[in-house]
Amino acid sequence: MYKILHKETLSDVTKLVVVAAPEVARKAQAGQFVIVRVDEHGERIPLTIANYDREAGTITIIFQEVGKTTMHLGSLEPGSELATFTGPLGHPTEIENYGTIVCVGGGVGIAPLYPITRALKEAGNAVISIIGARNKELLFWEDEMRAVSDELIVCTDDGSYGRKALVTEPLKELLERDGEIARVWAIGPAIMMKFCALTTQPFGVKTIVSLNTIMIDGTGMCGGCRVQLAGGAKFVCVDGPEFDAHQVDWDLLMARLRFYLEEEKQAVEQWQHRCQLEVD
Amino acid sequence: MATELTNRERMSIPRQTMPTQDALVRRANFDEVALGFTLELAQQEAARCLQCVKPHCVEGCPVGVLIPEFILALREGDMDGAVRAMKKKNNLPAICGRVCPQETQCEVKCVLAKKGKPVAIGRLERFVGDYELEHHVYPLERATPTGKRVAIVGCGPAGITCAADLGRLGHDVTIFESLHKPGGVLVYGIPEFRLPKSVVNCEIDYTAECLDIKMHPDAVIGRLYTIDELLNEQGFDVVFLGTGAGLPSFLRIPGINYNGVLSANEFLTRVNLMKGYLFPEYDTPIKVGQRVAVIGAGNVAMDSARCSLRLQALRAQETGGEVGEVHIVYRRSPVEVPARAEEVHHAEEEGVIFDFLTNPVEIYGDEHRNVCGMRCIRMELGEPDESGRRRPIPIAGSEFDMDVDMVIMALGTRPNPLVFNEAGGLERTKWGTVVADEETGRATKARVWAGGDVVTGAATVISAMGAGKRAAADIDRFLRGEVKPWTT
Repeated sequence: MYKILHKETLSDVTKLVVVAAPEVARKAQAGQFVIVRVDEHGERIPLTIANYDREAGTITIIFQEVGKTTMHLGSLEPGSELATFTGPLGHPTEIENYGTIVCVGGGVGIAPLYPITRALKEAGNAVISIIGARNKELLFWEDEMRAVSDELIVCTDDGSYGRKALVTEPLKELLERDGEIARVWAIGPAIMMKFCALTTQPFGVKTIVSLNTIMIDGTGMCGGCRVQLAGGAKFVCVDGPEFDAHQVDWDLLMARLRFYLEEEKQAVEQWQHRCQLEVD
Repeated sequence: MATELTNRERMSIPRQTMPTQDALVRRANFDEVALGFTLELAQQEAARCLQCVKPHCVEGCPVGVLIPEFILALREGDMDGAVRAMKKKNNLPAICGRVCPQETQCEVKCVLAKKGKPVAIGRLERFVGDYELEHHVYPLERATPTGKRVAIVGCGPAGITCAADLGRLGHDVTIFESLHKPGGVLVYGIPEFRLPKSVVNCEIDYTAECLDIKMHPDAVIGRLYTIDELLNEQGFDVVFLGTGAGLPSFLRIPGINYNGVLSANEFLTRVNLMKGYLFPEYDTPIKVGQRVAVIGAGNVAMDSARCSLRLQALRAQETGGEVGEVHIVYRRSPVEVPARAEEVHHAEEEGVIFDFLTNPVEIYGDEHRNVCGMRCIRMELGEPDESGRRRPIPIAGSEFDMDVDMVIMALGTRPNPLVFNEAGGLERTKWGTVVADEETGRATKARVWAGGDVVTGAATVISAMGAGKRAAADIDRFLRGEVKPWTT
């Protein structure tokens, strides 16, 4: 069992949880993920590592409450224990000094982007970061991102904070302004990553995305996470989670993410019903 | 029961059949199909054994179970003696009695097999195993602790067997398992109706408890620790790799990544390990098509087909709709089917449709990228190939469309390479299996042994247990300083 040591509410639907997992923390690197199962009846879901502290033996995860499992997870208080916390899984980000790079984070994708940005900055890159969300309420870790970036652009879809824009707008301007951009990282909802890929493609700038697909074991066993790349299918869990954005079949990826939509809805309804009963 | 029957009298007793759930009833539940012998049936069956002076049945068993001894004790009513005889060689009889292919191992060698009716050794084994699970008359005992530390990677049949034998010999054993539950393929692959998970859990928990074996679930070796870290930093004297063959294969045909094309591994893991058939009581969802095609005809294919039938029947009960159809699509003929005869028989009884000499060439998807059909081609058999089986050859122009909305790939599995991360000096074959000595399980890397599917490729539970047993014997010799297999 893995104890929750600390919890923060970053927005109504975004929670941060620090979990005691010394063995995982010992090995974790930027870009890797863990598989979490809340309790004995729980499903296994992948969550990208938002931070790790080797000395304290902790892993930080940040998640948006979009389904039953994340809602359940978000309802737990410090002292609660998680049934499963397996990792670190997937390949770490390839950290090098590429020169000038852009890190784009959308919504809850800012969380996994942070340790990657930090590592890239430490490796000597000139880092320009763009973070965005639908509105001000959903933004978090602006200060954290600023601390590991040379330049930070903040935007919201509705203009409630920072610049009123989708993250692809400043991204395009940077690519037009600065011919020196060596690489782009983009992490966020699939649709955002797709449009970041479409934005960078004409400029021929290599773009890395971190995919969060449906998976069970996270070790290559089920194949549920497979993604269609230009060169053939790959498993996100063992071949990724980072891939060349220009190779990904985004429409198939998004279709696959919707496969269990009905069941997810049913599970959420049941969870909310249960919570309501407890309140009553 | 009279103990002094003549051989002629023994041979005149008919082979006892085991009661099973009716096919129409069982296809709508996940309860065990075979209900097991009663004591009376078991003793009746045990009375058929001729107690051969040279028992060939034992030669057929990969772990050398003392078959005549346990059967003799059973028919004399000495259940404790039967359990003791069984557990001298087999730590997990309730599991083996259910999933071993006895018809090609011990029973085929039985002298009565010549007349087509061997002693039902497997069913008797199960009876004794179940008795022990309930009564715990023979707890495994641990010898004086040796202080030697053993890391077992993978808690499937090979790993558990190796761990149990080394625990009995007094070594300090830790099992690292990547999933959250021990059992490997016994819990994620083999369905509840063939091997109840309570049997697996009881058998493993009891063994681990008796022998003080430490369980480390959620440990993906290759990521959490490398093999070298286990040996050099974590203080283990030796490592045994029993990581199985967990990597699924997919056909290389158009449409293979559409929604509704699943590996048998994913489908069975959702059903068995995650208990998807109990959704939403359990959180992991499982979908089943109205018309399912399972590609392949091994045991895993039969398990997938029979789980599909059950999920369809449960859905029909709930919605009042049509039950649906499940097809096994196999490119060879009935003669080449690799599954156990009993599994094929059960699948047929329950209503699985077999499409032989048929091979998929394309999967169709609708606008949501959901499966909406499958194009197949008819095959004929040519000359034998390297496997000795007649090679299936496509018949030109014979393509046709099958109306399906789910396709499950049960085409065999390969070892998962994750564990070999940074494992310098560990030689592997071009199929990704570990190179290990067949008799001892020694790998090419010092202080590393391997056994089971990770060495042989996908095979049987009992052959993996046999490999775990042989490796345990050699590891013990090494730990006692009797052999020095590696110069470095």
